Amino acid sequence: MAQSPAHGADHHDHHAAGHHDPQDLKLLGFWIFLVTDVLMFSTLFATFIVLRGGTDGGPTGAELLEINGIIISTFLLLTSSFTSGLAVLAMHQNKVQQMIIWLIVTGLLGAGFIGLELNEFLHLIHEGATLQTSAFWSSFFTLVGTHGVHVTVGLFWMIAIIIQIVRRGLNSDTKGKITVFSLYWHFLDAVWIFLLSIVYLMEVM
Amino acid sequence: MADHNNAHNSHGGERHEHGSLKSYIIGYIISIVLTIIPLVVVMNHMMERTGTIIVIMVTATLQFLVQLIFFMHVRDGEQPRWNAITLVFGILILLTIVVGSIWIMGNNAIGMKM
Repeated sequence: MAQSPAHGADHHDHHAAGHHDPQDLKLLGFWIFLVTDVLMFSTLFATFIVLRGGTDGGPTGAELLEINGIIISTFLLLTSSFTSGLAVLAMHQNKVQQMIIWLIVTGLLGAGFIGLELNEFLHLIHEGATLQTSAFWSSFFTLVGTHGVHVTVGLFWMIAIIIQIVRRGLNSDTKGKITVFSLYWHFLDAVWIFLLSIVYLMEVM
Repeated sequence: MADHNNAHNSHGGERHEHGSLKSYIIGYIISIVLTIIPLVVVMNHMMERTGTIIVIMVTATLQFLVQLIFFMHVRDGEQPRWNAITLVFGILILLTIVVGSIWIMGNNAIGMKM
């Protein structure tokens, strides 16, 4: 109920000619952060590609990487990107419950992805491929692990946003947070596409 | 009310920037198809090395564009599109780092074999 007037005011602010909505500026600021994240991943990708032959006589990626688990985690992350979009759609229709349900689905899919990734890492370590094994495995764990850390941070961030929305309801502030979070989540899926392609598919082909 | 409508037009249809259920579903389906194509090519060894790499990179790039357009709504928003301009700059640096590293270190490897 209390949100209704705030919502109306929000719309009018939007239309003040020549003035930027603070939420739009926050969104742009977050875009710039994502671009700097692209730059960090680009150095990690470049390192991996350059060092991919450096297995030092130890296990190679083609020997140890299992594509079946990766296919499942790819579809988990892709679906979670889709459901985070559905959460944003529900948010714009002011359907709070529906939005929280989609966010929880997104979180569960993301947690499943992280679970599979940890399982994969444990399997690799068990097979004798660790961060110290060779240049190839160092760059592999750094690149894939950095993405995994991003997903993990995203999960905690999402939980914090859900708690805040349960307490304060939807307003222009919490709406901005959801929008920015979904952008981050789509970005992680976009990075994963290149991890799947350059790390996994090119290694096992 | 007239003011309201004007504002809508001058923002280039900003009310569409949230996307619709339809655009999310289309984006999701295209993404699934673009994920399955390289998987099938790699798992069934359908092509030689160069062909496979080309298929993998083309489908990955297309899927990246699908995420940007259908999920991240990079085409929407106010003019000028600072977000798109920032992204193009980021991709320029990315390509410089990745392609430059491959090029230089590739030449290095040739030199070291001698």
